[in-house]
Amino acid sequence: MPKVTVDGQEIDAPEGATVLQACELAGKEIPRFCYHERLSIAGNCRMCLVEVKPGPPKPQASCALPATEGQEIRTDTPMVRAAREGVMEFLLINHPLDCPICDQGGECDLQDQSVAYGRGGSRYHENKRAVTEKYMGPLIKTIMTRCIHCTRCVRFSEEIAGVDEIGALYRGEDMQITTYLEQAAAHEMSANVIDLCPVGALTSRPYAYEARPWELKKTLSIDVSDAVGANIRLDSRGREVMRALPRINDDVNEEWISDKARYQVDGLTRRRLDQVWVRAVGGPNAGKLQRASWEDAFDAIVKAAKQGGDGSIAAVAGDLVDCETMFAAKRLLAELGSDKLEGRQTGLDYDCSSLAGIAFNSTLAGIESADAILIVGSQVRHEAPLINVRLRKAAKRGAKIFLIGPEWDTTFACEFLGEDAGLLHDLPGHVADAFKDAARPAIIVGPGGLAANALHPALVLADEWNLVRDIDGEAWNGFNVIHTAAARMGAVMLGYAQKGGIKDVVDAAPAVLLSLGADAVDYGAFEKSLKVYIGHHGDAGAHAADIILPAASYAEKDGTYVNTEGRVQFAEKAVFAPGDAREDWTILRALADAFGVSVGFDSFAQLQSAMIEAVPALGEEGIAPLGKLPKGKKTPKAKGAIAYPIADFYLTNPIARASETMQRCSAELVHGDEILEAAE
Amino acid sequence: MSLADKDRIFTNLYGFQDWGLKAAQARGDWDDTKALLAKGQDSIIDDMKASGLRGRGGAGFPTGMKWSFMPKESKDGRPSFLVINADESEPGSCKDREIMRHDPHKLIEGALVAGFAMRARAAYIYIRGEYIREAETLQKAIDEAYDAGFIGKNACGSGYDYDVFLHRGAGAYICGEETALIESLEGKKGQPRLKPPFPAGAGLYGCPTTVNNVESIAVVPTILRRGPSWFASFGREKNDGTKLFQISGHVEKPCVVEEEMSIPFRELIERHCGGVRGGWDNLLAVIPGGSSVPLVPAEQIMDAPMDFDGLKELGSGLGTAAVIVMDKSTDIVRAISRISYFYKHESCGQCTPCREGTGWMWRVMKRLETGDADIDEIDMLQTVTKQVEGHTICALGDAAAWPIQGLIRHFRPELERRIAERGEAMAEAAE
Repeated sequence: MPKVTVDGQEIDAPEGATVLQACELAGKEIPRFCYHERLSIAGNCRMCLVEVKPGPPKPQASCALPATEGQEIRTDTPMVRAAREGVMEFLLINHPLDCPICDQGGECDLQDQSVAYGRGGSRYHENKRAVTEKYMGPLIKTIMTRCIHCTRCVRFSEEIAGVDEIGALYRGEDMQITTYLEQAAAHEMSANVIDLCPVGALTSRPYAYEARPWELKKTLSIDVSDAVGANIRLDSRGREVMRALPRINDDVNEEWISDKARYQVDGLTRRRLDQVWVRAVGGPNAGKLQRASWEDAFDAIVKAAKQGGDGSIAAVAGDLVDCETMFAAKRLLAELGSDKLEGRQTGLDYDCSSLAGIAFNSTLAGIESADAILIVGSQVRHEAPLINVRLRKAAKRGAKIFLIGPEWDTTFACEFLGEDAGLLHDLPGHVADAFKDAARPAIIVGPGGLAANALHPALVLADEWNLVRDIDGEAWNGFNVIHTAAARMGAVMLGYAQKGGIKDVVDAAPAVLLSLGADAVDYGAFEKSLKVYIGHHGDAGAHAADIILPAASYAEKDGTYVNTEGRVQFAEKAVFAPGDAREDWTILRALADAFGVSVGFDSFAQLQSAMIEAVPALGEEGIAPLGKLPKGKKTPKAKGAIAYPIADFYLTNPIARASETMQRCSAELVHGDEILEAAE
Repeated sequence: MSLADKDRIFTNLYGFQDWGLKAAQARGDWDDTKALLAKGQDSIIDDMKASGLRGRGGAGFPTGMKWSFMPKESKDGRPSFLVINADESEPGSCKDREIMRHDPHKLIEGALVAGFAMRARAAYIYIRGEYIREAETLQKAIDEAYDAGFIGKNACGSGYDYDVFLHRGAGAYICGEETALIESLEGKKGQPRLKPPFPAGAGLYGCPTTVNNVESIAVVPTILRRGPSWFASFGREKNDGTKLFQISGHVEKPCVVEEEMSIPFRELIERHCGGVRGGWDNLLAVIPGGSSVPLVPAEQIMDAPMDFDGLKELGSGLGTAAVIVMDKSTDIVRAISRISYFYKHESCGQCTPCREGTGWMWRVMKRLETGDADIDEIDMLQTVTKQVEGHTICALGDAAAWPIQGLIRHFRPELERRIAERGEAMAEAAE
């Protein structure tokens, strides 16, 4: 712990800290453009200059200078001030100063810092530099004349994303930032460079000229596009969510989010279900959906349920629903004498008897420190891009990573062992050796692995390799499962898991099937049932439904979500649902009245307390108690070629499918080659 | 006082003899190199320290001391490297080129001895891209040395394995900066690295590395053979040894010549260059160390000793000892403006003051050529140079600022005269 003085104030800087970090500890704000906590140090903007003794008699870049014992740092001398003003002047001479038409206005580092360090007027009477725009794809809009060459975007794509997409061309004042051959940035995390850009050079293309930051209401929310549960902030104006931005949470998403999490929000205003529809029985419009009133719809549901007899009702939860909705439906079904609840829409029937057995136990942050990782059936870049970032960090620290499944373009050093899940029972010697020698071994089972029955074989390996261990007093559990649905862990905690999966529900042949935004179910299997779709988008589920009750999306209701780690997180309501749509729980509550049963709650608060009473873990933010890792069963064995469920990263859920931006991404980034070929 | 022929290190500087191995051996190169190596690493470094050799690339850092920063043993298995900077791009400099094309074996032998002393695994010679013939010659010389068993496995029979690689640059001035050179050698964009870490800690491929100038390395074997005290007997204290001076510009016979350090400017010019064109009264100014050092006006330079400290006292520097002589026919503003353009063109663009400042300075200089400016702008230009100087990652910012500072310091009346004249001409035209 080196002791340093900052402007006369003595502080203990942590080992390995830079002078800039020491200054921040002392409460001094150091202006910076190129420095970013999560990127390597470039030291090129020269804005963070401070005076340091001992050292050469000139200002030093504090971001790049290690804090050492006995340093005397001054941040407030005339020399420092002059140096920063000088750098600011240089940054501004070729900056267009088009703030009034710049989307970064109001949240621009250059704007903010020029207030503190800018001159009143310009001394630069030469022509300003102009730079042509660069094409960076459907998400990133470039106005490169504004670029101040901090290279944050270059470092992000190299270091965090792990793709050499963005780089600098030419030199001196002609230096330009661009993508390779001006191709679109195609990485799943590409739009994070928009947040990183300290000026308006890289801005959001779909959000261009939409709103000013000070007009927006900011709501803390949780992303539902995958099961990582990235912490996001929804910026809304009126009834419309204008954009989603990451919040900082080192345990979950650090400060990144995937492009889907960021840009699917424009799907919230398209293809919405905003009134009640009932499929006509008989008459000229037989088989067609007709507008109806809530009462008519409820009557039809009650009638069908009564005809089916006691308990002839089931519920299937979709991938995006919150715990409260699922709990409300569960309570309703319980009152009606049914426990047919399922969340795994596509027919998976892996063992959900233990939460630890299906959770990401090492935690997202913890996987970074793993030194040997076996990934069974996961295309991590598509299924959980934020976990991919962590895996890349682990690989950079020297972790050996092995994968079973079809090859995909990883961003880290790894070895593909083969496509057959049966490999789990017959691992090559060097893999087993790597795990026996590892201090922090980890296994990750993805959805492809779950589908190939790999869960128990993986648990057997976990036992064999001693994945649960104590490392210098710190508990380590290296057994991990990646889910793709934001609702999955919550659903399992609330009992939405039949032993035989959705097949059990099909076999029960319920008279009424409540579909809580479930769009991936094979509704053909429920031909006899009255299918009631309670959801927000006119997607597959609504097409198959007999009755559609319009509900709220994640942005339009408060809700609890549990991510793949088992981390309970709470999202707040940003805007109101459109038209006649209601928050899901109110629909279920009204349906209870129609049935004439009491579910025991009349307000959201009551619903929440009832839920917490039933499942106490949902009442506390943070990782839920998951229990002990179960012992794996030796049979049945995993077998068969692994397939990844996500064919198109940009179109995995109804919101994304409705989003114009996501469709454009899909067309250009996923199917771009086909389009080019067709054009020839 | 002048260097006798017997004391010259570079005996084939002008290419009067063959550069090949046989001829080089006849001149004394590769003469029992094994014995030099047998002195041991520490003893070689001590000798180099005692010789007082200061780096010949411009900064003048004591070479022996630089070598002593290298790790004595590799604790983590990383090898050490010697990188020889042959990216001689400084306007006015042309000494390394003469060494490489006429006396390459001096460099290769030096590379072995120096690399051995710093326990390096190999030497990389990074040669300026435009030096095509020089690279060819040097490569042939390296091949000769390999064939003769002087380098490679069991170099010179010493039991030490040592490789020498030649790498050609692509013609960027900034790649002569040691860390940018390392980046370029690694195949990246040539941009200087932040220091610390210094190359001696983490240089080429993250391994301990020393970057030395060609001349610094090429003189090593001779210094060791003739003894450090011989070398130290030349020049003033702390400015020891002999040095290749490269005199260009308005002298009767421009040349590259090996001379004693601290030789007075007048003697250097008179003895080797046939005097200043048009006589000493016609001398206007001298840039004594390559384009990056401030110019020195005639009356100050004439009797000044040509060494690191002597020129520093004049507010300039020895640099690479590339002496650019300018007589009174020179448009001094245009000359400095051209240098400004050079730095604007060669700035790597990584850090702000240099990227933005060099362009600004050049544009103002361009206007000052014709006097198309305000008097105030001279002071503004001065403050801009001060905003660049000392605020950048590498020394290119300083190098871009100094020539202009030198101009303003010594030729401000000339700048003001041009502005006034143009002002009058414009006023007249407006009437």
